[in-house]
Amino acid sequence: MNDAVIRLDSVSKIYGKGEAEVRALDSVSISIDRGDFVAIIGASGSGKSTMMNIIGCLDGATSGTYHLDGIDTGTLDEYQLAQIRNRKIGFVFQNFNLIPRTRAVDNVSMPLAYAKVHRKERRERALEVLDSVGLAERADHKPSQLSGGQQQRVAIARALVTNPVLLLADEPTGALDTKSSHEILDLFESLHANGRTIVMITHEADVAARANRVVRFQDGHIIEDHRVRGVHGHPLATAVTL
Amino acid sequence: MMIAESVRFALTGVMANKMRSILTTLGILIGIASVIILLAVGAGTSNAIKAQIGKLGTNVLTVSRQTTAGGRAAGGGQAVTGPRSRGTNLTLQDMAALTDPVMAPDVAATAPVVTAQNVTGTYKDATHAVATFVGTTPSYFAISNDTLAAGSYFSDGDASSGTAVAVIGNTVAQDLVGNSAASAVGQTIALNGQNFVVSGVLAQKGSSGLNDPDDIVVIPYSAAQDKFTGYSPSLASISVQAKSADVMNQAQNEVQMILDARHNVTSANRDYQVRNQAQILTTATTTTATLTILLGAVAGISLLVGGIGVMNIMLVTVTERTREIGIRKAIGASRGSIVSQFLIESLIISLIGGVLGIAAGYIGSAFPLLGTQPEVQWWTVWLSFLVSAAIGLIFGIYPANKAAKLRPIDALRYE
Repeated sequence: MNDAVIRLDSVSKIYGKGEAEVRALDSVSISIDRGDFVAIIGASGSGKSTMMNIIGCLDGATSGTYHLDGIDTGTLDEYQLAQIRNRKIGFVFQNFNLIPRTRAVDNVSMPLAYAKVHRKERRERALEVLDSVGLAERADHKPSQLSGGQQQRVAIARALVTNPVLLLADEPTGALDTKSSHEILDLFESLHANGRTIVMITHEADVAARANRVVRFQDGHIIEDHRVRGVHGHPLATAVTL
Repeated sequence: MMIAESVRFALTGVMANKMRSILTTLGILIGIASVIILLAVGAGTSNAIKAQIGKLGTNVLTVSRQTTAGGRAAGGGQAVTGPRSRGTNLTLQDMAALTDPVMAPDVAATAPVVTAQNVTGTYKDATHAVATFVGTTPSYFAISNDTLAAGSYFSDGDASSGTAVAVIGNTVAQDLVGNSAASAVGQTIALNGQNFVVSGVLAQKGSSGLNDPDDIVVIPYSAAQDKFTGYSPSLASISVQAKSADVMNQAQNEVQMILDARHNVTSANRDYQVRNQAQILTTATTTTATLTILLGAVAGISLLVGGIGVMNIMLVTVTERTREIGIRKAIGASRGSIVSQFLIESLIISLIGGVLGIAAGYIGSAFPLLGTQPEVQWWTVWLSFLVSAAIGLIFGIYPANKAAKLRPIDALRYE
């Protein structure tokens, strides 16, 4: 049994042509195990955002193959990719990206609507997930009535509602104050403790330190791949620091 | 994705910007309402003219003297060539010949018409300029679909002996005597200073707005010849009633054959012309159809402008909500569900506009416009509904496709 949720083999992403050619990713190979909590770090322009777009099936690779949960994503058409994003991936963005003027519960249940889940069932499931992130009593609030930390928790609830194999977070604490950041990271840790696979893109070392494994990008290459703890959070025999 | 979901998302979109949605809806509303009202005005006018001509009798031929000699094309289309005497070309004998059951089997009845211009009626202090003044026989009333409101017609005897009696139209009765139609019967009125006893008042036919068929005085033809035109064997015209509207053309041919023989003329040099009410009706129908098309085209343009308004607003909406589209795509919306969301949004706007426009069209058509009572045509209602749906689809497809084609990473990055 292949237990890698993500497997990239020699994935390159090239923008532009000829003189203006930019290799955002240059033949990257990496495998991420089920249940792991991985931080992808790097300076701006290092290729970590391109990495996030490819892992999230928001963009295709120029060459190489990407298997998500055993599925070769290069062979899928646009409709199938939309379904993969819907069923297999939960996105958490830096600026929350909730739909404005739409109640928290409706934001959370939206992926289920695209998954053709029945309306009543959708609402029950959305409320259940909102409760798990501690926002049950805010279900009927609109995004503008929620604080940044609360909005991000709604976004996490939305990411979790389809029970995806991968939670993909792009600078999840980038727009939050320290206290809210800690709350969100604590939430990630508890999700991870419950077996959720998390990939988090960040540029902050202290945020990355919460992960089990830290992958550093520079100029489209992986220059460091560092395991802090075991896949399921157990300390390694030899302590390693960043 | 389920259609119900698309509808719910689209409704949220429509409600998110209420003022904008209302104004866009208004564009469609005005377009649809003007199509319905203007086509109703066209139909109302057309029906009023048809009814008017129908009242004059659709199975009536009018044989009249060719008053202009040479060159001019007559109503029937025959050119008259050469100078022509205008003396005695239509006589009572001609009229009698037209009732021959063998030669003219499709002719039901005939009536002579002697006319005079500028006839003024007076009664006590009241005066009235008569629009239509006719000297004829009693058969004229049946041919022109006249009925009596009060009193009686004059007799055939009165017609030939020239008794000074008159049958007057409602307008004349009202102007001269006033009160009810019956009060005019038995009164003596003066026509150009000559006394006539009113024997009957005709039932009202109603105005078409073009002329007033109730502004008429009918007297015996011999009285008209004696007292108004001076004695002459010539009639102004002969009214011929065909047995039915279906045999109008046969009747016209029979009339022309008989008169050609009697006047010793051919179709090339006829000294009379035959006018067919059916032809007048056709001409009038063509005219009103043109009018209706013109009105409809003007309304159609306003509808088109409304449709462009929908497209404009949908393009703005798509641009404004680029980020939302990116989010939806990231969480699993397919191209199809984005297209249906925005298409349904533009459909909702145009259909609401369409339904309100139909209502406004009905309300607007309840009032008289341009001198006629508009008549809403049921097909214009269906057409408007379909057109507003089509506008929603046609003018929504481009913006909806534009939204669906956005790449999620570009849309998410959009500020």
